[in-house]
Amino acid sequence: MKPRLKVLWLQGVTCNGNTHSFLNYPHLLYVLETFEFLYHSLLPSTYTLEEISTCVHECDILIFEGAYDPRMERVGTSLETLVGHYGSHAKYVIAAGSCASFGGMFKHSDPEHITGLGFDEKEPKGPFASSPKLINLSGCPMHPEWMGYTLRMIADNKPIAVDELHRPKELYSYLAHHGCTRNEYFEWKVDSDHFGTKEGCLFYKQGCRGPMTHASCNKILWNDVSSKTRVGTPCFGCTEPDFPRINMFETKTNMSIPQDVPVGISKRSYLTMAGIAKSFHIPRLEKRLIDDDA
Amino acid sequence: MKNISEKPATTKKEDRKTSIMQTALKLFSTEGFYTTTMPAIAKTLGMSVGNFYNYFSSKDQLAKELMLYISTVLGDKLREINMTDVSVKEKVTMIVHMYFSIARERPELIEYFLRVFLSNREIFTKECTGMVCVSGFVTELMLFFDEGVQSGELKDQDFFSALGLFMGYLGGMVFLNGEEVLTKPLNEYETAIAENIYNALRKQ
Ligand code: SF4
Repeated sequence: MKPRLKVLWLQGVTCNGNTHSFLNYPHLLYVLETFEFLYHSLLPSTYTLEEISTCVHECDILIFEGAYDPRMERVGTSLETLVGHYGSHAKYVIAAGSCASFGGMFKHSDPEHITGLGFDEKEPKGPFASSPKLINLSGCPMHPEWMGYTLRMIADNKPIAVDELHRPKELYSYLAHHGCTRNEYFEWKVDSDHFGTKEGCLFYKQGCRGPMTHASCNKILWNDVSSKTRVGTPCFGCTEPDFPRINMFETKTNMSIPQDVPVGISKRSYLTMAGIAKSFHIPRLEKRLIDDDA
Repeated sequence: MKNISEKPATTKKEDRKTSIMQTALKLFSTEGFYTTTMPAIAKTLGMSVGNFYNYFSSKDQLAKELMLYISTVLGDKLREINMTDVSVKEKVTMIVHMYFSIARERPELIEYFLRVFLSNREIFTKECTGMVCVSGFVTELMLFFDEGVQSGELKDQDFFSALGLFMGYLGGMVFLNGEEVLTKPLNEYETAIAENIYNALRKQ
């Protein structure tokens, strides 16, 4: 039998969200059979954190969850030492979630010292800045299938093409907008006034960042069934380096004109198209999808 | 052999169409929309009525295309101003100047907008609803306001309250000028009007 690849899952400044997300991976058994976890805070592991902190072992894949603060200690050893030791031996370094990728939420508590593993927002910074080993699985949290995909590709010895922010292209070339069930409402500019409705797009009134966010949430569904925008909550753009922004339930507008428009489309083109689409009233789209009183 | 300097047939047809529109605009804005008939426009152009209908199948279609044409002419000018690297304050002055110059040099464009498009909405409700026929111009105004707020020069407010203040003011002045109510030529009001508009829109 082929020796199992050794995985070490280390945590920096984190809420454990990515660990919890990964526990929902439907093929967790496959992962446990294929990889040996040297350490994970919840999954069966070969060593304790104390043993890991001695830095005498080596791993093939370092998974790091949480923002990177070099001064933070795990059982008396600094993250700088831990990440330096295990990262230098590993073939792959995977940043699990937006904090590990770009600094994310926790970076805001100490913006001077805290970063991601290889990026400070979108600027290369940190112990794995520009390293070809680095794979960012941004998201708050990352989708469990995204980690599953990455680990399977590594196990099968297949190359993982990444974008300029080191995110796997296969997962992050899409926008969260792609596959959203509200696309027709977006096209005709029919917006929802509330969260949780079946009808309406969330772009103009609820702060939806779907058209500006690289993520496959509406292609690879959460728990295989749904996504935020499908249930009527706006996409917060949690896979992008500028996450978290402020007032995330609001669409930033200037004189009623959205400040940000879909990726790669000029504002002039977008406003022309949107203005014309908005001029028409499509009664079907303005009605309830399922109207029990009708 | 074909002369290479000869214009292709489609361009020729487009040129002809534009000259028809210019004549129609003049007639509509001076004689009125309902009193000007399609045969009358054809006659002014020295065209047969049958040939005229090759260009525009109905009066409503002509009316719609005229509005699209005006919106494109004004939109192109506004786009040039938007792309100029000057302050928003200077752009306000440039827009006022552009609008009044057109009102002076091609009054039929503004007259048509004010006296036909805005005053006879029933003609336009079907095919020119909302932004459909004015999007060229309105989009550029949106971009102008958006840039103004982003640069911190203009106050953030509802788009239509700003639009009404800006265009309503300019349209009103051109209307008064047309009615010969103003005591001075239109261009002499430019500086004061630009200042008023800027002061009303700027961030206090
Ligand atoms: S809700 Fe968001 S993701 Fe869905 S169509 Fe609207 S803008 Fe796109």
